[in-house]
Amino acid sequence: MEKLKKILPPLAVLAALIALWWIVVVQTESVIFPTPLQVVTGTLELAEDGTLWEHIGASLFRVGTGFGLAAAVAIPLGLWMGRVDGAYTTLNPIFQILRPISPIAWIPLAILWFGVGNLSPVFLIFIAAVFPMIVQTAAGVHTIERRYLRAAENFGVSRTTLFRQVIIPAVLPEIIVGMRIALGVAWLVVVAAEMIALRSGLGYLIMDSRNAGNRYDLVIAGMIIIGVIGLILDAVMRKLEGLKSVRWRYGR
Amino acid sequence: MDAKIVVNEIKKSFKDLPVVGGVSLDVRDGEFVAIVGPSGCGKSTLMKIIAGFEQPSEGEVRIDGEVRRGPNPKGIAISQHGSVFPWLTVQQNLMFGLTGDGHGDKSALADHYAEMVGLKGFESSYPHELSGGMLKRVELARALVVKPEILYMDEPFSALDALMNLKMRTELLRILAEERHTVILITHDVEEALFMADRILVLSPRPTRIQATFEVPQSHPRKLSQPQFQEMKEQILRELGVTI
Repeated sequence: MEKLKKILPPLAVLAALIALWWIVVVQTESVIFPTPLQVVTGTLELAEDGTLWEHIGASLFRVGTGFGLAAAVAIPLGLWMGRVDGAYTTLNPIFQILRPISPIAWIPLAILWFGVGNLSPVFLIFIAAVFPMIVQTAAGVHTIERRYLRAAENFGVSRTTLFRQVIIPAVLPEIIVGMRIALGVAWLVVVAAEMIALRSGLGYLIMDSRNAGNRYDLVIAGMIIIGVIGLILDAVMRKLEGLKSVRWRYGR
Repeated sequence: MDAKIVVNEIKKSFKDLPVVGGVSLDVRDGEFVAIVGPSGCGKSTLMKIIAGFEQPSEGEVRIDGEVRRGPNPKGIAISQHGSVFPWLTVQQNLMFGLTGDGHGDKSALADHYAEMVGLKGFESSYPHELSGGMLKRVELARALVVKPEILYMDEPFSALDALMNLKMRTELLRILAEERHTVILITHDVEEALFMADRILVLSPRPTRIQATFEVPQSHPRKLSQPQFQEMKEQILRELGVTI
């Protein structure tokens, strides 16, 4: 019942928006802009002949690979930078310069270096995801409270125990926040990259539908699917924040 | 027999600010020494130096005749805000210090102390699910598990409400009666010191030194309403600049 109360208002607004969209299209007698029904039938068409799943699969595969590689690099690097002051003062300024460069700006270089295959978008996603995770992880190490490190020092535990039972779990909530930010950016970037350089993926679906006969129903279908998948990815990351061993960090 | 802890003329300054101005004291094995002082007098700094977390600018601390270089599990520090790891369960917290071999059955040891401090049934809880008083018990048990010879307590109960504070004093004394530890307790609560300590040292304002010493020979359990305690309390408060 409580859940229903929470979910009802956004659903009502959504329904109103769709109704408004429908009315406007019908009233203006637009020949090119689709009605919601046309978007649904267009989507079903794509789902039936299987191309929809191929595009979704291609996009998710690129995000998964690029994001995975970025996490594998960023988390150890961030931990190291957080613990070793020299590493932090040396590398942090460089990352701070690279971080604000939009991954889209790397597209020409990606094409130059990796061509127009799968490698380019994976590289772009890597670039997009790696910096937020490095910065967040290093910041997380810096915010570990002294009293916990003191206690570990007091009990005279080994370096391995210090890392496994104190530093990593203490930083894990920050790492998860970094991963959430990074995954969101990665999803933005994959669509943009596919619009420019590729022959598959949801970004390509949107561009191709427009170029090949003004299929705006499929353009909008692509946009909505991107939004829904982004929502699901974020929900998965939020689930991680609910784990008992990290919940202490996000308020009581 | 030599003293367990020997503090020899230690001084500590931060930049040009002298905080500890020459403190010497000996603590016997098994003795409970309380140190009271006005707030901001440098008593926490003094404790950090004795426990090994900070080095003195001058002087030295010796534990069992050995000069102190850093903290070790022989003496465990318990502070006001606590340091129970919020990402570990109670049981995992209790077993944290039991790394390496030579502790025998670790979980049995953890169970034993969980029972002693009254944490039975809470072993798989996370700290954020516990009350302030329970957290203190976890911290105490985690320290006791590694069988320390010394407990360094820096205002251990001052973040608790008044009732829980009183309860934990009694609990601590009960535990100490079972396992005789040497204790240094820093507090601003004169009654807490009178209730538990064998000896009370009064510190001066910064740069701090020992201003007065009171022996408390009375046996436990003590009734603080008795006139001799009231009289001693007034004397200590007078040393702290408070007249009642």
